[in-house]
Amino acid sequence: MSTVVLLLITGLGLGALYFLVASGLSLIYGLMGVLNFAHGSFLTIAAFLGWEVGRRVSDGTWWGLALSAMVGLAVGAIVAAATEYLLIRRLYERHIEQALVTVGLALASVALFEGIWGTDPIYTRKPDWLAQTTEILGAKIPNDRFLLIACALIVLGGIVLFLRRTRYGLIIRAGVENRSMVTALGIDVRRSFTIVFAIGGAAAGLGGVLASVYYGYVSAHLGSVLLIFAFIVTVIGGLGSLTGAAIASVLVAVLQQFANFYLAGTGDFVVVVALAVVLLVRPRGLLGKVA
Amino acid sequence: MTDHPMLRLEHVGLRIGGARILGDVSLDVPAGEMLGVIGPNGAGKTTLFNVVSGVIRPTEGRVLLDGQDVTHVAIHRRAAAGLGRTFQTSSLFPALTVVENVRLVAQAHAGGATSVFRTPRRTDAATTRALETLAEVGLEHRAEAVASGLSHGEKRKLEIAMLIAMDPKVILLDEPMAGVGSADVPALTEVIRGLHRGGRTVLMVEHHMEVVLGLVDRVAVMHHGELLAVDTPEAVMANPTVQSAYLGEAV
Repeated sequence: MSTVVLLLITGLGLGALYFLVASGLSLIYGLMGVLNFAHGSFLTIAAFLGWEVGRRVSDGTWWGLALSAMVGLAVGAIVAAATEYLLIRRLYERHIEQALVTVGLALASVALFEGIWGTDPIYTRKPDWLAQTTEILGAKIPNDRFLLIACALIVLGGIVLFLRRTRYGLIIRAGVENRSMVTALGIDVRRSFTIVFAIGGAAAGLGGVLASVYYGYVSAHLGSVLLIFAFIVTVIGGLGSLTGAAIASVLVAVLQQFANFYLAGTGDFVVVVALAVVLLVRPRGLLGKVA
Repeated sequence: MTDHPMLRLEHVGLRIGGARILGDVSLDVPAGEMLGVIGPNGAGKTTLFNVVSGVIRPTEGRVLLDGQDVTHVAIHRRAAAGLGRTFQTSSLFPALTVVENVRLVAQAHAGGATSVFRTPRRTDAATTRALETLAEVGLEHRAEAVASGLSHGEKRKLEIAMLIAMDPKVILLDEPMAGVGSADVPALTEVIRGLHRGGRTVLMVEHHMEVVLGLVDRVAVMHHGELLAVDTPEAVMANPTVQSAYLGEAV
């Protein structure tokens, strides 16, 4: 029983990380049809800069971590918005070229990060409480899982409120459904593109800081690993669906944890099989719109 | 009343490959007129609408909206310049509520502050305008319903409400009665009549002859991509060329 609880909550924590990356991917694809392979780079640069600022001001404290998180959010948003504005926008409606640019950016940025911060993981310090465990139903749960889950829930709630309650949220929801019709109604959607990139980048940036807490290190490859699973989550959840991304994040991460423990470390394999099954049985994903 | 027509087509033609889809269509629509466009299937009615609304660029001729040449103006700029249309396929956002559908259009055309985080409160201008517009088409009681749950007739009303919210100079209705149950036709006809009474310039493609002839000021008859006649409903019905080319074979 305690093993199940541990796997479940660890899965939820990992799912929180997936969601922070996948939410942006899903919104960006839903609105603009862009598969953003550079999304992992937003995460990595935010993790590095968040860590650099946090450790200089107050290493291993809550204050330092909060500062890292704020830096991560800001860096993620700014880098993502700049990417959209300077690169993606110029390739409007040219999806292959957009994908190529983001792939190139991802490869180049990883090399750049390695040049600056080296190829080895750099171990980070976190507040003492996060390194301890809390006992739930006999299972000793590392406390950082709770932080991850709480942050992901706050981000989910924040994005939902933004989409439901603001004028740009309305344009984005309409654009995800039918972008050409939004354009035909005389509405300029370009600003919404930048906003969606900024929101997705901010979530990924926060995810980067939290990933460094979860894994205990920062590395130039932090984003690449999470990006793969975030893409799988996005496809399973349904491209363009925020709720789908949230549900699929949890499903994929929990499945991965259980398979790793009970099926001899085959978690990644099982997730890819799940992706294949979803693509065969329900190609639009759990909550995706009919293409 | 200005000295130029609200909408003017000058020798508009469209060739795709070697095929002539539209040929030498010239037409003036004065402000406030409701014009019906009829013709057999394949006569080029929807193509003409696509040329006017900017979905397709004509290969010959010019399109003038309120005296301005919009022939090469992109579709969303043309919409912003005052040209609103419905499509044969539904132009709604099914997952949004009825009032959200209209507010989407109203907020874009209301202008004002465009802060990213400005929230549309119950009382803001775009929401107020959206609710007024829904009242105009008789759909205010469905404001909070999700659009996908509406009946065909209600969906058409909502599309018209979205057009009204754009406050366009010219409204293009592409088969507004298509897919609408006969029980809903009279109510929808009244909504369209209301558009006209509001002084709006309306072009309508519609197969439903009684609806067209009962509503419009003039009828344009198309045949094989050409304009056969433009006249009052009575005159068009009496026109022998029209009768042989269209009405004769259709009835």
